Amino acid sequence: MKSYLLRRLWQSLLVLFGVSVVVFLILHLTGDPAALLLPPDATADDIAKFRTAMGFDDPVAVQYLRFLKGAVRGDFGESLRHGEPAMALVGERLPATFQLAGAGLLIALCLAIPAGIVSAVRRNTAVDYVATVVALLGQAMPTFWLGIMLILVFSVRLNWLPSSGRGGLEHLILPAITLGLFTTARITRLTRSGMLEVLGQDYIRTARAKGVGEPPVVWKHALKNASIPIVTIVGIELGTLLGGSVITETIFAWPGVGRLSVQAIFNRDYPVVQSAVFLLASTFVIVNFLVDIIYTYLDPRIRYR
Amino acid sequence: MAALPPSTPADGAQLHPAAAPAPPEVVGPRVRSRPWAEREWVALLRRLVRRRTALFGMLVVLVVMLAALAAPLVAPFDPLEQDIGQRLREPGWQDAQGRVHPLGTDHLGRDILSRIIFGSRIALLVGLAAVVISGVLGMIIGLVAGYFGGRMDDFLMRLADIQLAFPFILLAIAVIGVLGPSLRNIIIVIGVSSWVVYARVVRGEVLSIREREYVHAAVALGSRHWRVLMTHVLPNTFTPWLVVATLDMARVIVIESALSFLGLGVQPPTPTWGGMLADGRVYLSTAWWLATFPGLAILITVLGINLFGDGLRDTLDPRLKV
Repeated sequence: MKSYLLRRLWQSLLVLFGVSVVVFLILHLTGDPAALLLPPDATADDIAKFRTAMGFDDPVAVQYLRFLKGAVRGDFGESLRHGEPAMALVGERLPATFQLAGAGLLIALCLAIPAGIVSAVRRNTAVDYVATVVALLGQAMPTFWLGIMLILVFSVRLNWLPSSGRGGLEHLILPAITLGLFTTARITRLTRSGMLEVLGQDYIRTARAKGVGEPPVVWKHALKNASIPIVTIVGIELGTLLGGSVITETIFAWPGVGRLSVQAIFNRDYPVVQSAVFLLASTFVIVNFLVDIIYTYLDPRIRYR
Repeated sequence: MAALPPSTPADGAQLHPAAAPAPPEVVGPRVRSRPWAEREWVALLRRLVRRRTALFGMLVVLVVMLAALAAPLVAPFDPLEQDIGQRLREPGWQDAQGRVHPLGTDHLGRDILSRIIFGSRIALLVGLAAVVISGVLGMIIGLVAGYFGGRMDDFLMRLADIQLAFPFILLAIAVIGVLGPSLRNIIIVIGVSSWVVYARVVRGEVLSIREREYVHAAVALGSRHWRVLMTHVLPNTFTPWLVVATLDMARVIVIESALSFLGLGVQPPTPTWGGMLADGRVYLSTAWWLATFPGLAILITVLGINLFGDGLRDTLDPRLKV
């Protein structure tokens, strides 16, 4: 158990290291980070001076080590547009993104798990067909289109909910639904197939044979065993949610990391972009490490691997 | 999968060792399997058609592909032709010459249906090209990781973890923001960063294939590794690879339109579904059809590909979890 966790911790650190390399390389993709960081009307002379000042003439390995030294302290340089440390700027926006992603995940879990269970228990009934069709549509629907359609119906036509900004609960509803739908669809399908598989197992038949009522069979015996793949996918879906927040925040003018990074890309504010990519990727790695720990409690077989 | 037909071995090296105690005229199963022989194609198609949802998906995919190929013939108008006098006309609008715009016109008076038809070209082009790049990349990585195992496997699978750690869209827009948006860059960025699913699925298959007797036999008889990989392992990973590729194409199309929506896709005036949506968003309160129809085009295309892919998986490899 302990050695398993240690190994996972080591792997997570390796992945974080790899993430830092990729984030570093973003700036070096075109071969000249100086030209990228300065405004397009900078003269060749300015660029050369800036290159020397920033140390872009050093060997790449030296530059990377310098970058890494800053990165472990959360220092990604200053925002070119706002003049503040880039990481602080991104950190300020992080709670908004977490709130949105959390709300999206909550909606997904509250809808998907009951829907998946009912779908599996009442297989091939009208309920199952409706849930399946909705899940299929949910997986095929592009986030940005869903968001725009929700705004069209609930903000423009009905005037029920605000279409942009962050504030009370009413601001959260539309973006959270938009962000959560794809995950809802995926978890519904996964829960359904997982439950179907478990419900066909011998121990379920044994439980029923010895007279256990239908509700405890479904909710205790079956769901517990079907929950393992669901826990895994929740960790992975967090990546989808954090990535999806880029689009959802842009549509709903939600002041989070996603919208900030899109703006930063158009402003050529690369330190901010690097901080945002690094922060969201690290969040994903850390959450998945935590998911793995939860996992070992849910499924003791994993501890002995 | 159906049992492979017995055949005469192509050369001595491919005799099945387990067949030794059997009567001499019985030979082992053909090692160089050809899962995509013509008859099996027909059988596969027949099985797919029998599933109604897969048939529906297949028809949708065919219609979209035909529309993309024959766009100049099918589209009622020139997708770039502007007519400010007829901007933001409702679906079904008839102009002075009696020509109907079935889905209305956009803010520059361009016909929306024609733009959607031409937009399918970019969606399918990016989808196909990116899937080929990531598919080949993932296939190679999966083969190497699964076949050689050990440190190589560890290294490649950590690379996969690193790739997966990034929120895909954010990494894509960061890289395209640096390189500049163009059709080529979009294809490369999506293609290069989507290999993980393929690599994992192929690797999983290889792990079981490499323990089969025909692989041991080939190695024991002195085949080189690359030959074993190419002739014995690769053909047997093709089926799951194809399922993953089909389903991944749907994802790539959504990503392409998301990039276009953000203004980082193929640049105007070339019509793209995501770009049309972005334009339409501005006129949401006055002209709902601008944003609605391109989104429906994405929804229907992606749904079709997903249903087709699900059908393909259920027919070819029901245990595959993708």
